[in-house]
Amino acid sequence: MHLMYFTEQPLSSWDPETTELEEVAVGGGKTQRVTALLHSNKNFDPRDGSRLYNERLDEYQYVDELGFDGIMLNEHHTAPFCMSPRINLFATLLARLTKQVKIVLLGNPLPIWDNPVHLAEELAIVDMISNGRLVSGFVRGGGVENIQANVNPLFNRERFEEAHDLVIKAWTQPGPFRWEGKHYQFRVVNPWATPLQKPHPRIWVPGVASRETVVWAAQHRYPYIGLNTNFDVSQKIKDLYVEAARGVGYEPGPENFGQLLQCHVAETEEKAERNAREFMWMRGEFTGLAHPVWGSPTGYGSPSNRKSLIEIAAGRRPLNVPPPLNQRRLEHTFVWGTPDQVITQLKHVLDNNRVGILALWGNDGRINHEDSMNCIRLLGKEVLPALRDHAKKLGLKDPFEADAPVSLTQGPSEVLAPA
Amino acid sequence: MAVGEPSITRNSTWTVETVQVCGRDISFQKGGSGPPLLLLPRDNGHPPRHEFLDLLAADFTVCYPWLPGFHSGHPDGWQWLANVRDLAIVQRQLVESLHLGRLTVVGLGFGGWVAAEMATMAPGLLERLVLVAPMGVQPVNGYIYDQFIVGSETYARAGFADQAAFDAVYGAEPDFDQLESWETDREMTSRLAWKPYMYNPTLPGLLAGVAAPTLILWGDADQVVPAECGEAFRASMPNASLEVVAHAGHAVDVEQPRALAGRVAAFCKNAT
Repeated sequence: MHLMYFTEQPLSSWDPETTELEEVAVGGGKTQRVTALLHSNKNFDPRDGSRLYNERLDEYQYVDELGFDGIMLNEHHTAPFCMSPRINLFATLLARLTKQVKIVLLGNPLPIWDNPVHLAEELAIVDMISNGRLVSGFVRGGGVENIQANVNPLFNRERFEEAHDLVIKAWTQPGPFRWEGKHYQFRVVNPWATPLQKPHPRIWVPGVASRETVVWAAQHRYPYIGLNTNFDVSQKIKDLYVEAARGVGYEPGPENFGQLLQCHVAETEEKAERNAREFMWMRGEFTGLAHPVWGSPTGYGSPSNRKSLIEIAAGRRPLNVPPPLNQRRLEHTFVWGTPDQVITQLKHVLDNNRVGILALWGNDGRINHEDSMNCIRLLGKEVLPALRDHAKKLGLKDPFEADAPVSLTQGPSEVLAPA
Repeated sequence: MAVGEPSITRNSTWTVETVQVCGRDISFQKGGSGPPLLLLPRDNGHPPRHEFLDLLAADFTVCYPWLPGFHSGHPDGWQWLANVRDLAIVQRQLVESLHLGRLTVVGLGFGGWVAAEMATMAPGLLERLVLVAPMGVQPVNGYIYDQFIVGSETYARAGFADQAAFDAVYGAEPDFDQLESWETDREMTSRLAWKPYMYNPTLPGLLAGVAAPTLILWGDADQVVPAECGEAFRASMPNASLEVVAHAGHAVDVEQPRALAGRVAAFCKNAT
């Protein structure tokens, strides 16, 4: 079982009650107050940034000391809900500041990179400095990511697939070689930085059940990590993945599946619940990215969703409203409470989802550093040992324990053991 | 309005024809009588009601294509186009395949950009050129309205100074078919003009080679393309004049069809 810690790295100094929000037209004559993209960065104070970034790094180091298996990182832009606009920066810091955790990137938004070769280099350097602890996940990037990087959403999927292929080639094929693709062209690819792990670092793919991404992950034999997905959606993902996997000739197991869920632990249930409410700080939709056009700009969405996306963009159909806090607890997409309560809830998740990878999202909103550290301590000392036992009983192995192939095309992994 | 139906006008002799260009289908509305005129539409398609068309048809044989790749423009066949100059080349090939000879080209908004690009690559094609609030040139002091940050209906409404005029054409709540056709239009616009957004940095230089008499028209309340672009077009072209149409936003042809048609008719009578 791979148990990792996650935080969005919220700008905890951002006050949902007092911060003035910009109002934008959202179709059908309606307007919406926004907390992303066009929400002004005049509300960002680098003094808070300085303090919060350093607190986060203290928290990450503590996660490492307590023996978590991994730290999950991510990347978002132009919004206060996430202070990590460059996942590789934090990966590089962790490569040196931590000793044993896997550094799990979920994930680099490939399409917003104009130079996948430079990306391959950066990731290789993280892998080398960390002594082979990188897990290099890739994502498409959300609508806002594409808009702020000025990458055409219409070509998002094509760029994702081509950039992926180029990164893999840069990692595994000796240079110099040339690349003349549809979206990327390089007359010389010859990076003098290649990963320590062979054939290359593992790749995990997070998502919220975009059909094409699940199938793509399965066909590459990359584990898929459901982000805050309830049991129904998790099952749909699994069914889709299994079908696609069998189509390319393998039978997936727990090592192919992962789950992120929000998880806050405190000494008392009341305190845990008080902090749990902070996860709802972006007007109940945790990322503040719920804009009918920005969430899925023209050309970005699945063709199978075209009709509903058109209706949503025109304000004729509401966006899916994320469930309220208590419903999330019932659905086990958000567990909180004392260590015992959380252990019970998480065992239920493992019983149902049978995943080999679990990411616990421990802080958000204005939860302070002391409570974040406290949550990490209780998770590390009390929750994780119980989960490991339970996972062992269920036979839930992660990709490392299972020595799973790194990808469909690469056979059993050969890891160069660090000294 | 279903795919490929002519806009509703009082003139009942509009037909729809489909021809092949580059081995793929292009469809256009055709009607009227008189010398040939190519009318190129805005980036959000043919308005379902279009009095301006009838007025033009009184003096010209109008060919009004659905832009390739856009709604009713056979999108599946044209997704390989990469930019507006590609579109202009295809329109030029269309004109030659129809044997229209030297003709008047009128471009509305995005269609005006296409028309300007056509003019730079085939000056001999043109009797005269009319550009109505064209995109294509980068404003210095402002920005062209970013349609991709807003919904398609919001963008369409931004083209109108008077929202009642929008409602009269599209309805107070445009139906799903209209929303869907706008989405197809946006996809193709995105393909062709995502960045640089709605301009070609080399166009002003190339326009210097367009000697045909050119009339540039701008609505006095255009929120989509800044008025300074009108002057930039005029200053780039050796034989161009600029006129303002009162009480009109970007969709001048829909908001002030008679005023616009009158200016076009007068220009075509007098221009040499």
